Formats: sequence, C-alpha cells, structure tokens
Amino acid sequence: MAADSYDDVAKNKDSIPELEVAPQDLYHAKSFWTKYIFCQDAKVIGIQYALTAAAIGMVGLVSSWLMRMQIAFPGVIPMDPAAYYQLVTMHGMIMVVYLLTALFLGGFGNYLIPLMVGARDMVFPYVNMISFWVFFLAVVILAASYFVPGGPTGAGWTLYPPQAITSGTPGGDGLGIVLMLVSLAVFVIGFTMGGLNYVITILQARTRGMTLMRLPLTVWGIFTATVLALFAFPALFVAGIMMTLDNMLGTSFFMPAIVEFGERLSYDGGSPILFQHLFWFFGHPEVYIVALPAFGIVSDLISVHARKNIFGYRMMVWAIVIIGALSFVVWAHHMYVAGMNPWFGFFFATTTLIIAIPTAIKVYNWVLTLWRGNIKLTIPMLFSIAFIITFVNGGLTGLFLGNVAVDVPLSDTYFVVAHFHMVMGIAPVLVILGSIYHWFPLITGRFLNEKLGRIHFWVTFIGSYSIYFPMHYLGFMGVTRRYFEVFEGDNFTYSITGINQFITVAALITGAAQFVFFYNIITSSKFGKKAGKNPWKACSLEWQTADVPPTHGNFGKELPVVYRWAYDYSVPGADQDYITQDTPPSDVANARAEQT
Amino acid sequence: MIVALLVILVTIGSVIFHMWSPWWWSEIASNWQGMDDTILLTFWITGAVFVAIGLFMAYCIWKYKYNKNNKADYEPENSKLEWALTILTTIGVIALLAPGLIVWNNFVTVPKGAYEIEVVGQQWYWMYRLPGKDGVLGTTDIKNINDDNPFGLNTDDPHSIDDVLIDADDLHLLKDQVVKLNLRALDVLHDFYVPQFRAKMDMVPGMITYYWFTPIKTGTFEILCAEYCGTGHYSMLGYVIVDEEEDYNEWLSEQMTFEEVLASNGKSDLIKLALNKKNDL
Repeated sequence: MAADSYDDVAKNKDSIPELEVAPQDLYHAKSFWTKYIFCQDAKVIGIQYALTAAAIGMVGLVSSWLMRMQIAFPGVIPMDPAAYYQLVTMHGMIMVVYLLTALFLGGFGNYLIPLMVGARDMVFPYVNMISFWVFFLAVVILAASYFVPGGPTGAGWTLYPPQAITSGTPGGDGLGIVLMLVSLAVFVIGFTMGGLNYVITILQARTRGMTLMRLPLTVWGIFTATVLALFAFPALFVAGIMMTLDNMLGTSFFMPAIVEFGERLSYDGGSPILFQHLFWFFGHPEVYIVALPAFGIVSDLISVHARKNIFGYRMMVWAIVIIGALSFVVWAHHMYVAGMNPWFGFFFATTTLIIAIPTAIKVYNWVLTLWRGNIKLTIPMLFSIAFIITFVNGGLTGLFLGNVAVDVPLSDTYFVVAHFHMVMGIAPVLVILGSIYHWFPLITGRFLNEKLGRIHFWVTFIGSYSIYFPMHYLGFMGVTRRYFEVFEGDNFTYSITGINQFITVAALITGAAQFVFFYNIITSSKFGKKAGKNPWKACSLEWQTADVPPTHGNFGKELPVVYRWAYDYSVPGADQDYITQDTPPSDVANARAEQT
Repeated sequence: MIVALLVILVTIGSVIFHMWSPWWWSEIASNWQGMDDTILLTFWITGAVFVAIGLFMAYCIWKYKYNKNNKADYEPENSKLEWALTILTTIGVIALLAPGLIVWNNFVTVPKGAYEIEVVGQQWYWMYRLPGKDGVLGTTDIKNINDDNPFGLNTDDPHSIDDVLIDADDLHLLKDQVVKLNLRALDVLHDFYVPQFRAKMDMVPGMITYYWFTPIKTGTFEILCAEYCGTGHYSMLGYVIVDEEEDYNEWLSEQMTFEEVLASNGKSDLIKLALNKKNDL
C-alpha cells in the first residue's frame, strides 16, 4: 500500500468512493420489550452480552475464591474432593468461554464494530438479537447444572474423556456433564450467528473512505478473533456432540475398552486422544480469540492516551493476521506429554516458537508507541502499562512450555497454571478493565470515579501479579495442579503452606477489588462526572457521533466520511494534537500527515 | 513518577524473587540434566528480554510524561528498526528452540537394550510388571482382567508366565540401569511423574505410551499422578526406590511371578496351558 500524502488525497476527489447502496432505514423499536429486551440495536446487545457475561463471571470469581480457600486454609470452608473439582472445572469453563469470549466478541464487538467502522448497526440486526438470546440460554443451561443431582461436572475445563463421562468424576455419570456439553453446543450456535454478523459488517458495511488499512486495531483484533472462532468452535461443537453420543447412546468415539473399579464398561475401540486433538484444535485458537481483541484494544488505548500514533500500524495488522493463521497449527503443544506420536513434538515446538516472533513485534510496537510520546497516565493508560508487563511475563513463560523438552518437567504443574493465567487471564482482563474506563464516558456520558478507579487499578495489578508470579516457582518444584489437598511433598525444597496462604490472601483481596469496581460502575452511571463529547480527544469514529451516548443509528443524518487512519495524533503542523478520522484534509491544511 | 517506579519495582522485584526463591527444583536424580540446562538457558534469554522491556518502558513513562507544551513524535513507521527487532527476536527463538529439540530427540529415542518395565495406572493406584527371566513382557488384553489376573495378561503368551507382578504403589529400580517405562491405563488418563526424574508422560487407556530414563542416584522418590483422573487424583501417590544391586536383588526375590500368583489362587490349569506354550517356543 502506498502511503499517499494528504495533498494527493485532497487533489483527487475520486479517492472518496460514491455510496454503493442507498441508505436504508433501520427497524425502530417502539415498545419497552423491543427496545430493551429483544433489542436489535447492536449497542444494547453489546451491553446485554457484557452484563450476562459479568453475572456468570461472578460465579467464576467466587469459585476461584473457594478453591483458593481449600488450597491454603483447608477445612475453613468445608468441602469434599468432588466439590473442589466442580469448582475448578466451572471456574475454568466460565472464565474462558462464558466470560472472556462472550465479553470481547459479544460485548465489545457489538458495541464497537458498527461505531468504529461508521455503520448504523450490524448488517443483520435481527440475527444479532437472536444471537444474544441463544447465548443467554447457554448460560442458563450451564447454571442449571448446579441444580441437578450430582451437581455440575468436575471433569476439569478440558473435559478429557474417559474420565469426563465415567463415575469416578463428579457429574460424570449424571446430568452434570450432559448439561455442560449441551450448553457449549448452544453457545457455539449463538456465537456463530453473532460472529457472521461481526465479520460481514466489517467487510461490507464500512463507511465511505474507511479502507481496511484505516480500521482501528480494535476492529482488526475483533475481526481476526471472530474469524478464528468461526473456524475453531465447530471442532468443539463436534467433539461435544460425539461425547454426548458416547455418554447417552453408548457409542465409542472417544472411549476405548476400559475397566472401571473392576467393572468392564461396554465401550471398545475409541480414542481418548482424538478428543484432545479436537478440543485443542478449538482450544488453542481460543487463546487467541481472547488475546487478539485485547491486543487490538490495548493498541488503541495506548495510542490515544500517549497522544501518539500507534507505532508500525501495518506491521501490527499483519502481526494480528499472522498470529491468527499460525494459531491453527500449534494446538498439539498442549499435548506434548499426552501420549501422541512423540515425533509431532518437533513440528509443534517449531510452530509454537515461531508464533513468538509476531507476538514480540506487537510488544515492541506498544512500547515504541510510548517512546517519545506525550503520556497521560489516565486509568486506561495505567491498565495498558500493567497489561504489557503481565503479557510480556506470561508470553515469555510460553517460551518455556512451547519448547517441547522443557514442557516435559513443567507440564501439569502450577507453572502451567501461572503461565496461562498471566497470559490469557490477567492480561486480557486488565485490557477489559482499562477499556471500560476508556469507553464508559461514551456508553453512559459520564466518567467513572477517578479515586475508586485508581484504588481498583493498584490493587488489581499488584494483587494479580502477586498471585501468579510466585506460582511459577511451585511448578519448578514439581507441585502438580488439580490436587484437592496441596500437600508437602517429599521432594519440595521448601514448605508451600506459607506461599499458598499468601497467594490465597492476594486472590481474596484482588477479587474484592472487583466489587469496588462494580460499585463504581453502578454509582457513576447515575452520578459520575459528565464527560461531554470525545473527552479523551480520540481520532476514531465512535467518539464522533451526533449524540453522546450514541442513539439508535449511531450517527446523525449523514454517515461520516473517512479521510485518514485512526492514529493522527500530534501531527506536525496541526493546531490540535489529534485529527479525527472524519476531518477532511482541507480543514487541516497545514498538517503534514504521512499515512492514510 | 510513581508509575515508572512501580514498573521498575515489578521488573527488578521479579528478578530478586527469582534469585532468592527457596522454591526451586529438587536435585535431579536421572539423566535428564539437558532439560534443566534448557530451562536455565531459557531463563537467561527471557529474563534479559523481560528486564529490558520493563526498564525501557519505565524510562519512557518517566521521560515522556504528559506536558501540554510538549508534542509527541510523529513517526508512523520505522521499517529499519522494525526489521532489526524482528531479526533479533528470530535469533533468540532459534537459540531456545535448537537445544530444546536436541533434548527432545534424546527423550524420544529409546536406547537399545533398555530394561522394559510396565507401569499400570487405575483409579487411584499404581501397579508394576517386570519382564521376568526371559526379559520380555508378556502381551495383555483388557478383556482378560479379573481378580486372578489384574494385569490382563494373555495366558497363552509364553512370555507372560514369568513376568513379575507388583500389585503395590511402590517400585524399585536399579541405579544406573537404563529403563523404558511402558505406560498403560485401565480406566482413565493418568500420568506417571517423579519430579526428580523430570520426565513424565500420560497413560492412555487403549494404548501403550512410554518414556525412558536412567536413575543416577539411590534414594526414595515420590510418585505423583500428573493427569487429572477423577476425585481421587490427589491421592494417587507412590514411591520409586532406587537401589544398589544387592538391595535391588533382595527386593526382587520377594516379588511373585505371574505363575506364582496363579498358583496361589488355585488356577494351575491356566499355568499348564501357558507352560505348554512356553515349551513349544
């Protein structure tokens, strides 16, 4: 792509394409039900997704508290091994799928995509509405599994057969595992409806002048993640269906001949490793389904609050796309010691370490965006800085686990738990929190309370780092994960009781800080300081709506026309330190912008 | 200022924690020193990157703090810098991957003449089988499993009859003897893991997995199940005892062969069948 100067653009009026289709009127809701419940406005759907995800996420958070209590202070909250494993399982599944995936794609995707690409709504608003309600149904089914005899499944979030559907696992011989599998299948159906919407809206409904290479990186991140999800979730879907058949109809897709507690089960000839391949063919892209939107969003937060263009935009876009593509050929690095053919290790270790290169480029470019910037240490910026540290830490420990020979001693220890919580738990959550502080003024027209926000930031960042950093060292020592009783093993070089208590206390405090955040959201949406239009002085289109908060239809009578990329901050010669995307070159005649 | 200090504190604090952490791996008791070495190499390289990025970011936060009279630089791209960083990163990745793959190649290449031992996992205990005098493990089938034949040995396999069966959680190994563990699970996934040996591999019902190592130290080492296997997972423990030859032989002489197990259960007809097969060989 040639980097035309704005002079050329200004001279050549044809560079702003004509309207391809006449503007179409939206469906305007009249009743309360169609306005707020079965709503077709993507912004409302986004908020519905976010609130539902946060509600079930709270179950996930409290589960982690209870788990940590059992690990550090056994007996304080009485529980048996079955209850502990149910907590572990539900915590993992809720956080990965029902919170992070739903929040990034369903929540942020719905709210931001139409606004950022300059569209009035998603291209299929009705399907979009159905998508949310199917997701809601999936959450209800998941929640229902708490109330069936035997309780929810305790198979671990990876649901590995044979144990997931045998009697030695909680929920394995009851309805727990069935409801989990059905809920996942329903989730995938709902997601597919939403996901097609996001992809087609980004490809087809961009406003005039919004070329792909002018999209904010937030949109690139969500777009690529959605494409990954559309390819990856079917693997989970079929795996779920096949396991349901094994469980209900006695087929043997994943079940070999086994003897459980002296009794020969009727299965024969299935392969447990086949399930693992299907699961991780979904599960690894899933990591990037969560990470790529975070990458995109944090790029925008850093750029806006450092008053500087994102460094190396084109490299950033390509890095997102390459990471997305590579994420489909690294799945078996979760299976180095799973008993698959050991020669696979060479291939998957190589692909896995290659993925470190585009990922490292992204980190360099975030830091280089801060370099020679004019950094405002707002709360979104603080969370972005915390994200970079956390993500670099979690990314680098991925170089341990990805390198197959190093994975052998560390696999299935607390090192793995620490690694993935850093890289795909805490890091994306820090971005989510930062972006809520960033976009709250757009969504509600008010700022979140600054003081509470800063307390929330410091406790969350230092707390979560204190939880997971020391945990790596337990892994080196050989402390295995998923142990109901964390015991003092003979081989341990030092007692783990004290450090486990420290981690649990840190987890309780960090979790409690999130309730301060919820309180802040509730009170500030009513009584927060009024924000006005474009309070952060951002360039991208979502801040250029006629009304704040934007109403149904997003923009005023006319859709905006885009003349530049989303990162014209501190352009030499310009009067202000930002030029919005819809500012025509003639309005900023003296500005010497380079990139379009 | 405070934020820059925080970034420095987290960066340097992590390094200090690393150096002073009392939680570290226990002394290695197998031949897999290469795994430890690769971890240490990875620590040096990734640690340098972590410190460099953290400190550079702290510098940026301190140096380029917002001032309304300042203006940020306007430099959308710098392809020279971007390529230089890409190449540097690639070199770093190769430096990590190459030694890792060499160690892995050793790990998956079982030396000829390794002493084969079977480890069987089931909810929630371990069993072991040694090849006996003929040096060959008899074949098994899950359909044969019953109270008299907990391993499911094929009674018509001539190699079965002298196999030594250890229906207990503890296993003895001979120091400096190269062993290949054939791993078998009867019900769900398990994983035979001794932290001091570094090696581990899942045990999968329906197939036989394996790994090899050489115990290089005598002593008692704890076995942990490292793959979640149901509510009793955390209690699936045992011991590997590495002996010098004398102690090892003494232990071995106390164990029963398949033949002796069958005899003690009054199943001598099965023994006859197996012995006939053996004589045919």
